[in-house]
Amino acid sequence: MAPNWLVMRSNQIPVSFRLHQRVPKMLLLLGSLILVVLVLSVSYGEYPVPPLDVVWTVLGLETGNPDYAFIVNTLRLPRVLVALLVGMALAIAGTITQGILRNPLAAPDIIGINAGAALAAVTLIIALPGVSVSILPIAAFVGGFTVFTLIYLLAWNRGSSPLRLVLVGIGFSLMTGAITNILVTFGDIYDVSQALVWLAGSVYGRSWDEVGALLPWLGAGIPAAMLMARDLNALSLGDDLARGIGSPVEWRRGLLLVISVALAGAAVATAGTVGFVGFIAPHIARRLVGPTHEGLLPTAALTGGLLVVLADLVGRTLFAPIELPCGLVTSALGAPYFLYLLIQRRQ
Amino acid sequence: MPQPTPDRSHARLEAQRLTLGYDREIVVRELNLVIPTGKITVLVGPNGCGKSTLLKGLGRLLQPRSGAVYLDGRAIAQQSTKAIARQLGLLPQSPTAPEGLTVRELVAQGRYPYQTWLQQWSKADEAAVERALRMTGMKEGDAGDASLENRPLDSLSGGQRQRAWIAMTLAQETDILLLDEPTTFLDLAHQVEVLDLLIDLNQTGCTIVMVLHDLNQACRYADYLVALREGHVFAQGIPNEVMTEAMVREVFGLESRIVRDPITGTPLCLPISRWYEGHHRVAEGF
Amino acid sequence: MVQLRPRWAGQGGRSPSLLFLGLVIGAILLILCLFASIGLGAAEITPSEVGQALFAFDETSTEHLIIRTVRLPRSLIAVLVGSGMAIAGAIMQGLTGNPLASPSILGVSTGAAFAVVLATFVLGVSSLSVYAWFALAGGAITAGLVYLFAALGPGGVTPLNLTLAGTVFSTLIATLTSGILVLNQQTLEQVRFWLAGSLAGGDLALVQQVIPYLLLGFLLALGLGRQVTTLSLGESVAKGLGQNTAWIKVLGAISVVLLVGGSVSIAGPIGFVGLIVPHFVRFLVGVDYRWILPYAAILGAVMLLLADICARLVIRPQELPVGLVMPLLGAPFFIYLIRTRMR
Repeated sequence: MAPNWLVMRSNQIPVSFRLHQRVPKMLLLLGSLILVVLVLSVSYGEYPVPPLDVVWTVLGLETGNPDYAFIVNTLRLPRVLVALLVGMALAIAGTITQGILRNPLAAPDIIGINAGAALAAVTLIIALPGVSVSILPIAAFVGGFTVFTLIYLLAWNRGSSPLRLVLVGIGFSLMTGAITNILVTFGDIYDVSQALVWLAGSVYGRSWDEVGALLPWLGAGIPAAMLMARDLNALSLGDDLARGIGSPVEWRRGLLLVISVALAGAAVATAGTVGFVGFIAPHIARRLVGPTHEGLLPTAALTGGLLVVLADLVGRTLFAPIELPCGLVTSALGAPYFLYLLIQRRQ
Repeated sequence: MPQPTPDRSHARLEAQRLTLGYDREIVVRELNLVIPTGKITVLVGPNGCGKSTLLKGLGRLLQPRSGAVYLDGRAIAQQSTKAIARQLGLLPQSPTAPEGLTVRELVAQGRYPYQTWLQQWSKADEAAVERALRMTGMKEGDAGDASLENRPLDSLSGGQRQRAWIAMTLAQETDILLLDEPTTFLDLAHQVEVLDLLIDLNQTGCTIVMVLHDLNQACRYADYLVALREGHVFAQGIPNEVMTEAMVREVFGLESRIVRDPITGTPLCLPISRWYEGHHRVAEGF
Repeated sequence: MVQLRPRWAGQGGRSPSLLFLGLVIGAILLILCLFASIGLGAAEITPSEVGQALFAFDETSTEHLIIRTVRLPRSLIAVLVGSGMAIAGAIMQGLTGNPLASPSILGVSTGAAFAVVLATFVLGVSSLSVYAWFALAGGAITAGLVYLFAALGPGGVTPLNLTLAGTVFSTLIATLTSGILVLNQQTLEQVRFWLAGSLAGGDLALVQQVIPYLLLGFLLALGLGRQVTTLSLGESVAKGLGQNTAWIKVLGAISVVLLVGGSVSIAGPIGFVGLIVPHFVRFLVGVDYRWILPYAAILGAVMLLLADICARLVIRPQELPVGLVMPLLGAPFFIYLIRTRMR
């Protein structure tokens, strides 16, 4: 029995799992951090609500201020929850993509989700301004999925290869990016501004509707990803070895990509292209709990959630009352972290 | 673990009219080969002769263009890859693992073919991993975090790392093992260490097929030697029969002298360089 | 990490005479494209008039004026920018050993774009010739920072470090750029056409302003051909052959900054030429940078001329920014190459 593995096993039914001992501790730590930041984020704003009152209000207890219920439960809580869910979805999508492509520089954008979603959304905002914004998330999702499918099919040549996926993905991103840019260059300036905010990634004004729309995707996507953690482990050893230990490489990889696309697509549809989270959350998580995906996936999810909630809070406070989209903050926070990683690897 | 065919005389793995290739080029053509069960088979041949390709074909990593590989009489292309993984393990040349993966975690991956979505770490899994770690000497070192099994793969020496990979395939509990040049990039002591480990395995009844570059090592460790040239089997049999000066000339295009290995009695191939024809260094021109 | 180094089928040694012939054919193609570019446009001008405008200029003719003051400078800019970006891309790919490295890896384009956006936002600058100076300075500073940070990574300026530092810096700076654009609609209105990358509006004065930098970059790059070939075999091989690799990398980076900075300052961030032309050229001529660089120069110019002609003709009399036409034409071809030629 290894000293650092936590094994859960039933003697009656054939159910058993194992995790690195560090994982539950990390999850607990990250979970509590998220709770703290959530409360702070809800409490902060033009009309501050004391943190303790935030907790009471959410729990449905009396605080003595009748306005709190509206501010907390209707205005701020859904927005913050959307940030959390978006971060979790992007982080899991990123972990899957990095595992499959065996490239720590990969992010969901590389397989075309962002490019496709951005094209669809920007087309809708700029070229069809009359269409209701309520179909924006659906359009973004469909756009992302379509471009991913095209990339996957075009990269297929008697099997899919990570390198071909990356290269074809880059080709497609350049193409859809050009069309998006044509719209940005020629569109009505007011619509273009709207589109840029969407492209930067923002959770401004999100309500319980968006929380409700995101939840099913995470509810299905996260358990599915967890169940396939072993396949991700196998794939990260390389195609040959994965086949050698009996993983049906092609269809497992396809399935994992679909999960990743669904999660990233749902996130992008809700909040726009929030950058760097899918890229950096898995990195941080890997340093916390190591590279096996059973522990990595949940840790990355919480890290990603924490990042976006934090980014949203920073975006609201930094230049208040002007609000920076949280996507800009995640990129601005992510880049220095990456430079730190680069320098730190020197040792 | 149930063994479908305990009969050792029956050939479990064989290739029939096997043609393999990449994209437009054909590397192995219409090849027939029977792998002797319970023996160590070594594939040798010059660069590009198709020995690694053949090994990939035997391990169902490459789809045959035509012909088939049979495991216990059934074409492997028609069996589930998971079922095959319980009978046939393989180790490609210079495999890579994600940064920071510990030996124990790596070896645990070998249990993949026995696991299901709910049964991810059974007692049998644990026992197999323990056995594989012990057999490859990965339990060495101080107890606790400093022992080899708990160290990240990237912190190990080349020989230890290769033992860790072999341990992973051992955890698969297969009785056929395919290895592609398991000794590349290892120094001589580590080469011997790894090859001896493979003999240990063979003693427990495991059929081993491997590609080796060093002809003399091949002769020492092989029960059955297969020499390939341009995608065909040029010669096969026990090393004493296969390893001739004529074979080395035909397959490698090299003049040589075959003598008896003073330690093992197996053939020892001494290449003749252009400079040493007729045992004397050519002196003209100096 | 997966080694991102695709191998193209069908490349290999070709005889120098064949390569030279190819270069001559390329040059002829370039001249044809140049004439087409001068002749085609919103106003219909006959080929004979084009000839007259070039060799027997008549000040009173509107057509001649259009050609001399609009089309000729524009076509020359296309040639300069196209070949400059393509050579810079080839040098970057040779230095980093990474086929995905385009000139944008050093962050020159993003740095230039940021400087222009910032100048517009803070100082209210709006003329192309002032943009050029800001673009050049922004590009050079960013490239210097990327290089510095890459040098701080493990092992110094390795391809991986350069790629990492470049990607991160580009993302960070692009974020700052879009931050400004999101917050300030007026700046967005002013610079969005420039940001897309376009050859429109350039005149000979603008060309004169940056041509010293471009020429210096060209000479430096072409002089490095043999050295880059050696370096593309790997750092340790190059060192073993007695090369001072640190110097070659610095010189290569300087030539990239000059070429890209100069190009971006006249035409805005046009990135695609630098990514795709070197791939196509390697497929044609193999791995020797002494041939790759001149081929890249010619094909880069041809490609940008053709793309610019398309950009002017598709929605005539309006035009599209060439920086956006290029990927639309080139990316399908890139994907086709990956599908058919990559092993």
